[in-house]
Formats: sequence, C-alpha cells, structure tokens
Amino acid sequence: MDEALLRSLTPAVLGILVRRGADFAAAEDAVQDALVEAIRVWPADPPRDPKGWLVTAAWRKFIDATRAETARKRREDLIDAEPAPGPAQDSDDTLQLYFLCAHPSLTPSSAVALTLRAVGGLTTRQIAQAYLVPEATMAQRISRAKKTIGDVRFDQPGDVATVLRVLYLVFNEGYSGDVDLAAEAIRLTRQLAAAIGHPEVSGLLALMLLHHARRASRIAADGSLVALAVQDRRKWDTTLIAEGVEILQAALAKDQLGEFQAQAAIAALHADAPAAEETDWVQIVEWYDELAALTDSPVVRLNRAVAVGEADGARAGLKALAELDDSLPRYTAVAAYLHERDGDLRTAARLYVEAAEKASNLAEREYLTRQAARLNRKGPPHSGE
Amino acid sequence: MAKYLLLKHYRGAPKAVNDVPMDQWTEDEISAHVQYMRDFADKINATGEYVDSQALAQEGTWVRFDGEGKPPVTDGPFAETKDLIAGYMIIDVDSYERALELAGELSAAPGKDGKPIHEWLELRPYYGSAPTITE
Repeated sequence: MDEALLRSLTPAVLGILVRRGADFAAAEDAVQDALVEAIRVWPADPPRDPKGWLVTAAWRKFIDATRAETARKRREDLIDAEPAPGPAQDSDDTLQLYFLCAHPSLTPSSAVALTLRAVGGLTTRQIAQAYLVPEATMAQRISRAKKTIGDVRFDQPGDVATVLRVLYLVFNEGYSGDVDLAAEAIRLTRQLAAAIGHPEVSGLLALMLLHHARRASRIAADGSLVALAVQDRRKWDTTLIAEGVEILQAALAKDQLGEFQAQAAIAALHADAPAAEETDWVQIVEWYDELAALTDSPVVRLNRAVAVGEADGARAGLKALAELDDSLPRYTAVAAYLHERDGDLRTAARLYVEAAEKASNLAEREYLTRQAARLNRKGPPHSGE
Repeated sequence: MAKYLLLKHYRGAPKAVNDVPMDQWTEDEISAHVQYMRDFADKINATGEYVDSQALAQEGTWVRFDGEGKPPVTDGPFAETKDLIAGYMIIDVDSYERALELAGELSAAPGKDGKPIHEWLELRPYYGSAPTITE
C-alpha cells in the first residue's frame, strides 16, 4: 500500500467533513481514525475509490463519536441523515487547513505537530517518534493545539508566511526515527504550492529540493558532517537540483523577491559549481546582501561574512565579521575558519576548540573538534577546505 | 522545540533559601511537597512538554573496564564525592525562556512551614539535531 498516497488524501477528506458541518477538532480525530483503519484494511482489500472510501469511513467515525458524545450528554440522538457532500473545493480546503494548523496563536511546536497530523496524515505515534517525545505528550500537544484554534473560523484567510515558517522548521529538523521529516516537509510544500501560486512557496520548495539533493554527501559513513567544500559532488542528486532550479527561476520571474527565494538562489549557486573552487562567491555575496535587506537577520550577516571571505579574501571576511555581535551562534566557528584561511593556524585551532564548546548539536561539536585536532596535528594550512 | 534536563542534587548545588532537611518537616508538609511535584508533572504533561522524570537512589557504584576477559572493576561509593544527583526531569519546550520558567516553578515546591524551598536546580540543554540549512 502506498502510504504517502493515502496521506496525501488527508487534507481533502478533512476539508469535506468540515464543509459538511463537523467541527474541526472532531473531524480531525475522525480522519485520523479512518487513516488508521485504511492502513489495516487496504492491503487485503484495496478500495476502487480511495478518497470516497476515506470520506465514508471518516464520516461514519465522526457520526459514531458524535452519537456517543451526544448520548452521554443528553441521551438523545440528534444526528440522522448524512448531509450531501459539499462542492468539490479540495485545493481551497487544503489551503485553509495549512492556515489553520499554522495559526499565529499556536506555538511553533504545536503548529508543527498539528500540521503533520491534520495536513500530513501522520499518526500521533509517528510524530512523537520523530520528535523523540512520549506518544502521550504528543497527543496532549495536539489536542491542546486543537483547543487553541477552536474558535478560529475554517474559512478565515491566513498568512502564507506563517505556514512557510512551520514547513521550514519541519524540513530543518531533518531525519530522526522512522519518519523522514525532510521528505515529509517537501511533500507538504509541494502540496501547498499546488494549492496556491505564491513565489515564496516556490522559493521554499526550491530551497528544500536543493538542500535535499546534497543529503547523500552531507554525512560521512561514520556519521560525521561533511563541509560543503569537501562534499563528493558526484553524489548530489542532479534531478532534484534541476527541478529546484526550474521552480526557483519561475518564482524569480514573478519579480516578488522574498527570503526563501534568495536563500534558494544561494543554494542554487552552490549546486551549480562543478567543484568548490568554481563557486561564484561574488554572486553569492550579492544574494546575501539582498537577503540581509529582506530579513535583517544577524545569522544572514554571519553567513555573508563567510562568503565575503571567499570572494574577497579572508581579511575582508574577518573585517565583515568584526562588525557583528560575537555572541551570535556559530560566530566563533566562522572566526576560526576565516583565521585558518588567513594562515593564522594557532588562533584558528584555539577558536575551533572554543566553537566546539559552544556548538548546539553533537554533529557540529564533533566537526569543530576534528578541525582543531587537524590543525593541532600538523602546522601547514590544508588546501582542501 | 528543545529538550532540557532539570537536575536536582542531593549534594553539590548551592544552598537553598529554605534549607531544612525533610526529616524535620511535618507529615502534612511532606504531603504538600509530594502533591506539588505530582501536580507539576501533571501540568506539563497536559501542555505536551513532559518527557520523563525519575528519582535516583543515594547509593551508587563507580565502574570501569579492567582489560579483556576480566570483570569490570568497581569502587565506591565515595562519601566525599561533591556532586550527587537526586533525580531529573526532562522537558521539551519551545524556548530557553520557557525552560527557565518551568524550572523556577519546580524550585518553588513547598518545604518547611509550607514555604517554597527555593532549591537550586541545574538546567542543561540537550544537543539538538544538526540543522540541514546553515549556509
């Protein structure tokens, strides 16, 4: 059974239930129950019309739950006839679901969890495993999120930027447990792009594809991080790169630049270089300038300092770095790198050690420690990085 | 979305404000303390922020490898060990600020005379996963 296909039907089915008058929280539970049943029943008895099957099953679950609830509350049966299905408005429904699940009243972790369940069709258990928390905790997070948005009208227009931030968070979490969150984020962003023609949605999709294309080369066999400059570019997925570039070009042609398009443009320039030495750093610096104007993010300016170091030499990079706040995450790592490029290996080694102590994840700490060890072991500069 | 470990120490933490050992509390004060801890866990369970919590026994053993084919060497416990962990709670929260807020609340558990202990808890961040997009 194609579980991804099954899950892709989730938003449309949920939308139909809500249009028939079910409230969002109850409808969402019913669809989840129907998905679980489909996973159990379909392999032996595949339906001819999967979507119709799911709608029927979910509606029945909803009625059953409502009956039980009503019976408990008032000992009478209010619901008889099944209303006619609403008009087919799948893509509108899908879009509304994204807005609802990324509603600004939700915390980032709640929005992520609700999006993965209500739009992505993942089970609570799968989401819990992906984020390494107990299933009960994830269930509480989701039910609380549904309560928080209980009064939000389903057809209320939303801000696509909040949806994109949620999808970006899912993608950047990467890969843990059974669920490939990066692949799931790409699937959800594709689905969103099909529902709304917005250059930043395309920008984010392109950004994800271009990074995903490099995944096989990012991690060495021993699990350690491999820096972009020394990645084996033959392992890059050229089909994904071509698709990402094409989506990005179509988005840029609309002339409404946004931060995701600019980030994707930088990723595309890296993807375009057959070897690290052939990277067009001058253009990358220009894109970082665009990005800095769009976001005013200190992290962008930190990355810009690296790019300046490549385009105009390590001294210029260090000069750009000196203008930034040294308490920024990864500031010390960038300083270490630029000092190494400048030939000051002693300072670089010391800064790599310091940066390793400040790293926010184990892979980065190990990477930085290896850099320090490499410099401590041998004096002369290393040409490969 | 970040995990933190809240560490409670038998020894090794700075002195609490209301630093009276539990054996000098009334039974009601002990019950109130236990109830507070239970309510706190229930509360962050309901908010979807609870991951795990455990209390640890006082005694412990030091163990190390002693060469191929030989049983591990054990030693201790050492009464003079400065730092002794009493228990931990793991939380999964949206921000460092939220982690501080919860730790502060846990430290307010009532002790002698029903007043907050103001116990020092150690808050340690987990390493997260390496982000895919950095450049």
